[in-house]
Amino acid sequence: MLAQKTIHELHRLLTKKEIKPQEIVTSIFERIGRVEPQVKAYLTLIQEDAMKQAKIAEEKILKGEVLPLTGIPLAIKDNICTEGIKTTCASKMLESFVPPYDATVIQILKAQNAIFVGKTNMDEFAMGSSTENSAFQITRNPWNLERVPGGSSGGSAAAVAADECIAALGSDTGGSIRQPASFCGVVGVKPTYGCVSRFGLVAFASSLDQIGPLAKDVQDAAILLTAIAGHDPNDSTSAPIEKKDYTSKIGQEIRGMKIGIPKEAVQEGLDKDVQGVFEKDVEIFRSLGAEIVEVSLPHLEYAVAVYYIIAPAEASSNLARYDGVKYGFRDEGGENLIDMYCRTRSLGFGPEVKRRIMLGTYALSAGYYDAYYKKASQVRTLIKQDFLNAFKKCDVILTPVSPTPAFKIGEKTSDPLQMYLSDIYTIPINLAGVPAISLPGGLSPDRLPIGLQIIGPHFSEEELFKVAYQFEQALSFKEKPRLEE
Amino acid sequence: MKISRQEVAHVARLARLSFSEDEMELFTNQLNQILLYMEKLNEIDTQNIKPTYHALELTNVLREDKVGPSLPPERVLSNAPAENKDMFVVPRIIR
Repeated sequence: MLAQKTIHELHRLLTKKEIKPQEIVTSIFERIGRVEPQVKAYLTLIQEDAMKQAKIAEEKILKGEVLPLTGIPLAIKDNICTEGIKTTCASKMLESFVPPYDATVIQILKAQNAIFVGKTNMDEFAMGSSTENSAFQITRNPWNLERVPGGSSGGSAAAVAADECIAALGSDTGGSIRQPASFCGVVGVKPTYGCVSRFGLVAFASSLDQIGPLAKDVQDAAILLTAIAGHDPNDSTSAPIEKKDYTSKIGQEIRGMKIGIPKEAVQEGLDKDVQGVFEKDVEIFRSLGAEIVEVSLPHLEYAVAVYYIIAPAEASSNLARYDGVKYGFRDEGGENLIDMYCRTRSLGFGPEVKRRIMLGTYALSAGYYDAYYKKASQVRTLIKQDFLNAFKKCDVILTPVSPTPAFKIGEKTSDPLQMYLSDIYTIPINLAGVPAISLPGGLSPDRLPIGLQIIGPHFSEEELFKVAYQFEQALSFKEKPRLEE
Repeated sequence: MKISRQEVAHVARLARLSFSEDEMELFTNQLNQILLYMEKLNEIDTQNIKPTYHALELTNVLREDKVGPSLPPERVLSNAPAENKDMFVVPRIIR
């Protein structure tokens, strides 16, 4: 089945003209027809459009113009603007929003003649760790339909895991690519802050948000990042970096590299199965000739508190734009302008979004700014410093991705703080702005994937892919979800 | 209690949100729980620590002031809940 293949496998077949893009798209939609009723990864599917795109890709290929993503079907998280295709952020607020322009990453992928399959489900405005905060539907984990796929890019991760696309884009503000990748047994990358343009990504917390790839293997993730990374004049926070080939070091050995294990990595609340997999994974690095060194991230335990002040503060400001005037939902029942704002926002946003707007507004309000927002931003400096210090002693750092494997649907929805605490390993990476990759590290005894996180210094993506690839080859994780049994 | 019901009502007004009585109750409880957890940060002495507001320090990103392509008005207005003659329509403000 073509839908099960990777970008690099399909690229080879397309280049040799052994297959046509239309055959891949057909295979993907056949697969979607069979498994999507169970998984519910997509909010919007664009089959007709995808077939048209495939035809155009075929013409390019016949002319010999085959770029790495030409003819490859991709899924896009529904907070990335796609011209003419609804972009809802899984919110009632944007239920009928049709962007008049493409995000920069979409423009780039179109220029490569990649094919879009549809838009994937997520936590509303990317706020959540389970995709249960979607206003429209619950996405299920392809490995176990009673469990969450993680979040907020849960739809993208589930679509990749269930072979409903070849690869996908997600966004990561506090772990929203890496945690669902871990829960669904796929590869996910949060690039260095500023590496990928945020133009056309619906803003959540602007100092933390990054778009990144979700893919079936490390090489595919590197290929997708290579396509989308680079400076964009339309995003003033995008880093002035040259275009790079992030696959360039894949295949190089890692003998002699220093792998840091934070002594804080194994802590209270870490599930026994996750700890067991993590320890075995560390041994694999040793067997590859890497040197294991202990490092320390002393402020790790404060990261969740810092994040849940800074991210909601930025969100409360960013989400002020949803006022029922320029786009999106408006409630017509109001008596006056202020009334219209309040009714629109109260009916348009779901509970988690409101909770974060409240938290953020409070943290920024007169009298509390210094105690919360400024204090959190100062501790953020210390967290960033922890990473800079640790990278003086090692090349990359390993940690688990999430303290537990995928949890049950409904298990954490009534206690927001418990949900927040599950982000402990992913949040510090966004606060520091460094890149990290999540890739399969093993399976729990009840067949749930457990991810491993590899963290590198700013702009060290090539090294991260090199290390991740060697680990992936050595572990040789061949398990797949058993969806149709 | 870190935050009272009155304060929650005040913050809701600032954020242009309105809540039912039940929601007020739930939000007050949840916000208190979360803010109590934030107390953790007071364990750290942050005197003389420079705050980090951005992961990547870029200042004064400038470009040439040149007119580029932009969206035509009808497309800008295409998602507006109400519009008239190239303008967004809002409820009456002045009586």
